[in-house]
Amino acid sequence: MSFFYPTSPNDPVLKNISFTAEPGQTVAFIGSTGCGKTSLVQLIPRMYDVSSGRILIDGVDIREYNIHDLRDKIGFIPQKAQLFTGTITENLRFGNPDASMDELMRAADIAQASDFISKRENGFNDMLAEGGSNLSGGQKQRLAIARGIVKNPEIYVFDDSFSALDYSTDLKLRTRLRKEIKDATMLIVAQRIGTIRHADKIIVLDEGRIVGQGTHEELMKNCRIYYDIAASQLSKEELI
Amino acid sequence: MNNNNHRLRKAGKLIEISMSPYKNKFFIALFLQFFGAVLGTLNPFIIGFATTELGKNVTDIAQGKPGAAVNLSYIAVIVAILGVSAVVRQCATYTASFLTSGCVQDSFRDLRSKISDKINKIPVSYYDRNQLGFILSCLTNDVDAVSNAMQQSLMPLIYAVTNLIMTFVMMLVISVPLGLVCLILLPCSFFISRFLMKKSQGQFRKMQNTLAELNGYIQERYTGFTVIKLYNNEEDTINKFEEINGRMNKAGFKSGFISSLISPAIEFLINILYAVMILITGYSVLSGNMTLGNMQAFVTYIWLIFEPMNQITQLAAPIQSATASMERIVNFLEEDEEPDEEGKSSKLDLSKFEGNVNFRNVKFSYSDSEPVIADLSFEAKSGQKIAIVGATGAGKTTIINLLMRFYDIDEGDITIDGTSIYAIRRNNERALFGMVLQDAWLYHNTIAENIRFGRLNATDEEVIEAAKTANVDHFIRTMPGGYDMMINEEGSNVSLGQKQLITIARAILANPHILILDEATSSVDTRLEMLIQSAMNRAMEGRTSFVIAHRLSTIRDADLILVLDSGDIVEQGTHNELLEKNGVYAKLYNSQFADQDE
Repeated sequence: MSFFYPTSPNDPVLKNISFTAEPGQTVAFIGSTGCGKTSLVQLIPRMYDVSSGRILIDGVDIREYNIHDLRDKIGFIPQKAQLFTGTITENLRFGNPDASMDELMRAADIAQASDFISKRENGFNDMLAEGGSNLSGGQKQRLAIARGIVKNPEIYVFDDSFSALDYSTDLKLRTRLRKEIKDATMLIVAQRIGTIRHADKIIVLDEGRIVGQGTHEELMKNCRIYYDIAASQLSKEELI
Repeated sequence: MNNNNHRLRKAGKLIEISMSPYKNKFFIALFLQFFGAVLGTLNPFIIGFATTELGKNVTDIAQGKPGAAVNLSYIAVIVAILGVSAVVRQCATYTASFLTSGCVQDSFRDLRSKISDKINKIPVSYYDRNQLGFILSCLTNDVDAVSNAMQQSLMPLIYAVTNLIMTFVMMLVISVPLGLVCLILLPCSFFISRFLMKKSQGQFRKMQNTLAELNGYIQERYTGFTVIKLYNNEEDTINKFEEINGRMNKAGFKSGFISSLISPAIEFLINILYAVMILITGYSVLSGNMTLGNMQAFVTYIWLIFEPMNQITQLAAPIQSATASMERIVNFLEEDEEPDEEGKSSKLDLSKFEGNVNFRNVKFSYSDSEPVIADLSFEAKSGQKIAIVGATGAGKTTIINLLMRFYDIDEGDITIDGTSIYAIRRNNERALFGMVLQDAWLYHNTIAENIRFGRLNATDEEVIEAAKTANVDHFIRTMPGGYDMMINEEGSNVSLGQKQLITIARAILANPHILILDEATSSVDTRLEMLIQSAMNRAMEGRTSFVIAHRLSTIRDADLILVLDSGDIVEQGTHNELLEKNGVYAKLYNSQFADQDE
């Protein structure tokens, strides 16, 4: 699978971006606000189309897929966890109406949502209010992640989807995710170094360009921007 | 039936609430309308005198009586009376509608402000329980439906009812037995229309409720548009929409169809009555028991019954839909408010304010079921920085909700400088706090006004000073229009981090005694993060501050860290103390550096 995105000449959001993500790999994107991380991952489910260049999945240009089939392959978990009025079950089945109860429970388990769901009055049949407003931000985010897992996609895109989770839930979730879902490709956009430092490949973006690519250790050595971001989040001892 | 009375009681209550300041004007309008209707009904009877006279004259002429001629002067008097009555009647009804328009519009202006007041008095939990679309629909569609009904239907309805009653009175005056026959037939048509109306009323209510549901659904689905696309849920969304739309269609059709049945049914009855009455009165005139003019007046009255009855049934539709709306408005207005606290002391002695906040054995649950907080105690000393950390759902936000009295505790006490927060009026207690929330909230106005929201009487210089302290002055100056730049309605033309800086400036300007900060977890780049951090530190200087902390730097230099787990404080102390303990906090703190595969 390989992606190419060079963009429109007048005001390019992303310029000459090329990278490959293999099945089973985790690729992470980091960079300052407005660097184009979100725009980049939004191109994959064709929320927008590239201006020039190509994005390929299994060697086929994504514009050649039926858009419905393409989106079925992708579990996109957006920044803002948007849930709907209805039961938790209905929300989890949002992208896969035929999912069995076992699948829902497994997804909730991976997303670290089982605990709080079982504490709710009616468990999985508990009603969510408009936009899920009767849940905390972290709970909404975990349900949104579980909803993505229920879809059983080939490619996962986490667009800053761990932001409302505390560090330990974030870690537990990612560990379970990688353990349970071995052969899917995962693309993670994040702000926290902790969330992505163990990714197979980290791509550092700045003003729409790739300025660094590699593992945490490699980037710490040879990417100034990455080092700066890490320095602002980690203490001195942890940097070494 | 019971339900109906209930609704009428509510509708009456609403009219009472909204109309009482305009009582006098309203009653004058009512009286004028009534007076106009009485005059209108007298017309056929007066014309009858002319007909009788003419009939007599014509018979006299035909019989060749000496001096027989049409009595023109008598007829001229009748015409003059009719002319004057018409002018007076028009004046009365015009004045009446002029007065009603005025007081209906004024009273609905008042009603809207009442609802808006109410919105501010309702506890936060109400909004957690109800769909936004439903509340919006109550504010807009329902108020509109009621004001239209009052404006366009109320006065004609009064006219029609008076007209109807007067018509019967006049029929009885002309002939008691015939009038009574008509009076017996009236309930007949009344029951038919009442039966149909009842049927359609249920459908009307259904239609209005479905409309509110549809609005809520549309709003939610548009907000979640991206997710629907990404999860291929378009079909489901459309199906569900069509299902609700279909229900609304059905209810609308039924209510429309049933209420359209009412007037033809009544028309049919009246026509039969008319034919029968012509036969009977014609016979009476021939046998000399009735004057010609009275017969003419009587049959005209039968026709005249038709109009007000028709009008009443037609006006019933908007009024029915209005009573359903009225019920919802009254229900909203009767929703429990945060309890009134007139009796409590309004003043806190701010000159001696120190800012010692104390939680003592606090117990709290959102619903009556499981306690969210079982037994919570801690003390924040004046000027300290308290960091609250814990896993998601551990109850961090709940502590803030309790401190701000958005929810009340079940047991225990919360004190500020030794005074229980429940001994002070809610508003005064809240005024002590400044808040910077994770979802930075800006409204549709200039940046300067958004900052000034913290303290409405602040000068431009103070606004700029606050912006400088919050590290946002430079950014604002680089925006088109600077401090006068409009924030758009969604607040999406500035970035999340910048929004947060603006809300920090707002809090700094407000200069609260106690500051509450809910740190944004991420979505902010490194440079902005440092700006926010230093702005927050400056904002917290010299006052007791509570921070729901996500950033390590905040946690590290806090005076007190509260580690929450399932609503209880499992550990408290400074960063170093807690690390030494090597307990929950140490685990939480270290987890971000831990190896993923361990």
